Amino acid sequence: MTIALKINGKTVSVDAPPEMPLLWVLRDEMHLHGTKFGCGVGACGACTVHLDGAVARACLTTVGQVGSREVTTIEALHEHPHGEALQAAWVAHDVPQCGYCQAGQLMAAAALLQKNPKPTVADIEHNMVGNLCRCGCYERIKAAIGQAAGVEA
Amino acid sequence: MAMLDRRQLLLSIGAAAGGGLCVGFSLDAQARAGAEAHIGDYVIVQSDGGVKILAKAPDVGQGAKTLLPMIIAEEMDADPSRLTIDFAPVDKAYGDQSVGGSTTTPLNYMPMRRVGASVRALLVQAAANRWKVDPAQLTTQNGAVIDATGGRRLTYGALAADAAQLPAPDVTALKLKDPKDFRLLGRDHGGVDTPKLVKGEPIFGLDADVPDLHYAVYVKSPVPGAKLISADLDAVRAQPGVTHVFALDGMDPGAGKLIGLAPGYAPGVAIVARNWWLANRARQVLNARWDDSAGAGHSTDVYAQKAKALLEAPGQTMASHGDVDAALAGSTKRVQANYSAPFLAHIALEPQNCTARPTADGGVELFASTQVATSARSLTAKTLGLPLEKVTVHMRRGGGGFGRRLMADAAVESAVIAVKAGVPVKLVWSREDDIAHDYYRPPVWMSLEAGLDASGKVVAYKARGVTVSRDGKTPATGAGVAMDAAPGLMAATSRTEQALIPTIIPTGWMRAPVSNALSFVHESFWDELAHAAGADPVAFRLAHMRAHAGGATAAGGEGAFDIQRLANVLEEVAKRSGWAQCNLPPGTGMGVASYFSHRGYFAEVAQVRMTEHDDWHVEKVWVVGDVGSIILNPINAHAQAAGSVVEGLSHLRCEVAFKDGKTVPSNIPNFALARMPQIPQIDIHFLATDHPPTGLGEPALPPLLPAVANAIFAASGARVRDLPLTPERIRAARALQTT
Repeated sequence: MTIALKINGKTVSVDAPPEMPLLWVLRDEMHLHGTKFGCGVGACGACTVHLDGAVARACLTTVGQVGSREVTTIEALHEHPHGEALQAAWVAHDVPQCGYCQAGQLMAAAALLQKNPKPTVADIEHNMVGNLCRCGCYERIKAAIGQAAGVEA
Repeated sequence: MAMLDRRQLLLSIGAAAGGGLCVGFSLDAQARAGAEAHIGDYVIVQSDGGVKILAKAPDVGQGAKTLLPMIIAEEMDADPSRLTIDFAPVDKAYGDQSVGGSTTTPLNYMPMRRVGASVRALLVQAAANRWKVDPAQLTTQNGAVIDATGGRRLTYGALAADAAQLPAPDVTALKLKDPKDFRLLGRDHGGVDTPKLVKGEPIFGLDADVPDLHYAVYVKSPVPGAKLISADLDAVRAQPGVTHVFALDGMDPGAGKLIGLAPGYAPGVAIVARNWWLANRARQVLNARWDDSAGAGHSTDVYAQKAKALLEAPGQTMASHGDVDAALAGSTKRVQANYSAPFLAHIALEPQNCTARPTADGGVELFASTQVATSARSLTAKTLGLPLEKVTVHMRRGGGGFGRRLMADAAVESAVIAVKAGVPVKLVWSREDDIAHDYYRPPVWMSLEAGLDASGKVVAYKARGVTVSRDGKTPATGAGVAMDAAPGLMAATSRTEQALIPTIIPTGWMRAPVSNALSFVHESFWDELAHAAGADPVAFRLAHMRAHAGGATAAGGEGAFDIQRLANVLEEVAKRSGWAQCNLPPGTGMGVASYFSHRGYFAEVAQVRMTEHDDWHVEKVWVVGDVGSIILNPINAHAQAAGSVVEGLSHLRCEVAFKDGKTVPSNIPNFALARMPQIPQIDIHFLATDHPPTGLGEPALPPLLPAVANAIFAASGARVRDLPLTPERIRAARALQTT
C-alpha cells in the first residue's frame, strides 16, 4: 500500500502496509539508519523520533498512525531549534561511548528543550528516563542537555 | 621491557615472517606513489599532508578506535589537526584484531608506539636523504621534519612518497619519546566517531547497507543444538515480502566446544524477506517444534537445590595457603555465610546482527559489529569450508560489547544464510532472540567460613564455591570460583574449593568475568568479618593487607598481584570520601570495597540512602583506581570508570531465570537496567604509579557491587547475600537482623 509521509520536511511515498512500524520504514525502506532498533517494544528509546515535535517511539508507531503529522528524525536534528546546541554540547562533553542510544537521547532531549527550555535536573531525569544507555553515559547526557539549555545539570 | 610487551612484539615480528622486520610493516605492504603514500600498514600520508591512521581493533564504545591511532600519532609527531581515522582491514598484517579483557591498552601501547616511531624514522630518513645530512641531527614536530642547523623544514606530505619507498627501519634502533614529552597522550581526546554519532550517521553493524539487500531472522530453539521436528515453511513462504525460507541442520563444533568460539552454527529456520519487519512477522506462522529434551532439568530452582547440596560437602581444592582447617579449629570466633549471584544477560543495546554478501569468487563479505574481527573471519571460513582469503570482514562500530561480542555466532549465521540464499542478507536478531540466545554470565553459589583470633585478626578463610560446567570437570566459559588475589591472601591461611553443576546453558564472558560476582561475595564477607571483629571496614582491610604485603607480592614481577597497590587505592578512596568523618542521617550509610581484576587496582566507596518500601538509592560513589603510569585519554578513562559503576548498579538488580534450559521469554522491560534517575554522583580519581599502563574497560566494575551492598548494611542493618539485591530480600534480611 502506498502511504504518503512527511519526513524531515519532505513528502515521500512509501510502499508499506499501514501496520508496519515507522522504525522499519525509516530504516529498511527509506535507508535512514540514524533511528535505531533496540527492543521493538518501546522500552529502550533508541528509536525516538518526533511527531509534530513531540517524542514518539518509532517502533510502536505504525506508518498508518502517523497520518499528516511531521516526522523528524536524527538526520534533521540540526534543523531543530535546539539541535545544533545539543549536538555541540554532546561533542564538547564527549557524551557517547558506543553511541548506539545517542540518536534517541538527542531526539528526546530536543523535544524536552522545545517544550521546556530551562529544565531542572528533575525535569531532565523525568523526561529522559525512557532512554536507556547501556554504557552508562547518563552523567554526560545530563551535563550536555544542561549546557545546551544554559542551565546547571 | 615488560614481559607482556616483549611477547606481543615477538608475535608481531613472527607474523611478519622474518627477522629484523618492524611492527606494522607486513611483507606485502605496498608503497604507492602519487596522491597517497602508505608508510607501513597503519599510516597513509597524502601529498597535502593529511594523515590517515588505521585503527587495528574494533570499537564497541570503549574507545579503541580513538586510542590506538592516537598512540601512533604521538610517536610519529603527526599534526593532530590533519588526522583522519579509519578501521584497518581485517588482515594478518594487523595481528589479532580483538578487544576484550581490558587488554587493548596493555597489549597495544608499546607496539603502537613502535609503529609511530617507525613511521617517524622513515620520514626523518627521507628528509636526511634529500638534504644529505645525518638523520640524527633532525627533529620532528607537528607533521614536519626540521633541520635546525640548516634552518629548513619539510612537511610529511612532501616526504611521504619517498618515505614509503624506504625499507622498514631496524626495530632495535627505534627511539621512543620520553612520556614527559607527550603532546597528545595524557590529554583529553573526544571519540573520533562522536561528530558522526550526533548526526545519526550509519556507522554501526546494524546500519550496513549494500545493493539488493535482503533481511533475515534465524529462528532457533533456545536449547542448544535442539533439532527441528517440524515447521510450517509453506505458511511462511506465503507471507508478504518473504523471499526465502529454509531449515538448516546446523554444524556442531564438536568435543564440547561452543558455537561462536569454534566453527559451527545452531540448527534453525532462516526467514529472508525484503525488509526486516516482514521477516520477523512471518515467524508468527512458522509453528516450529523442537526436540528440546536436552534442556530438561536445567532450571534455576533445580540448580539452586543442587548447589545447596554441593555446598554441604567438601569440594575440589583449587588453591590454598597454610593449614586453614587447623587455623579454623584454633580460632576464637567463626563467621559463616552463604552467598550467591545469578545468571545475567548482556543486553548490549545493538542486538546481535551481521550483514553478509556472497562474492563472485564463491566467498563471502561480512559487515560486522564484533569484538573479534579476526575470529569472525576465520570461523566463517572454517564453517563454510572456504580459504581465508575468500572471506572479507569489514569492522563496523559495535553498539556495546560487554563480552557478548566476543562470540562470532551471529557473523557465522549470517554468512551461512547469505551463501545458501545466494543474496546479500542482513541478519538481525530480535531483542527476544538476543536475550534467549545469550552466552550468560554464569551463576555462582559460595559458602564462606572464616576464623578470627582473639585480637580480631582473620587467621582462616575458607571459600567453597559452586558454579556450572559443560564438561563436568572444569568451569564453563566465563565461570569460576577461584579466589582472585586479595580475599584469601589477606588472611593468614586460606583454601578455595570448587564443585560443579553440569549445564547445557551457554555461558560466556560478561564485563569483568568471575570478578563481577566474586567481588560481591568476598568483599561483602570481609565487611561481615570487620563487623564481627568490631573494626572499621577500611582499617580492618588495610591492616590485613599490610600484614601480608611481603608474601603477597609474588615473585612474578611486573603484572603479578601487588597487594600494596590495592592498599594504596583503598587508603586514597577512604580519604576522598571522608570515610572516617562520615556523619550521615539515619537511613543513609557508606560502604567500601576494593578489588584487583584485569591488571587494575580499584577501591570504591558508595553512599546509599534507603528509600520507600525497602528500596535503595545510591547517592554518591567515589572511585580510586591504579592502572599504571599514565592515563592515555583521561576523558575516555573517566567514561569507562563511570560506565563500569553504572553497569554495576544494573548487575545488582538483574537476573535471568531458566526453565528446562530456556529463558522465560523476555525483553528489556523485564530487566532493571540502570536509568538516568538512578545514577549517583561519581567521583573518579586515578593514582599514577610507576607501572606500564593497563586497561579500564572492566576493573572499576567489581568493587561497586560490594560497596553498595555494604552501604545498604550500614544504612539499614540488612545483610543481603543473594543477588539481585531486591527490596524483598532487604525486607527479609531486616527481619532477621540481630542487634
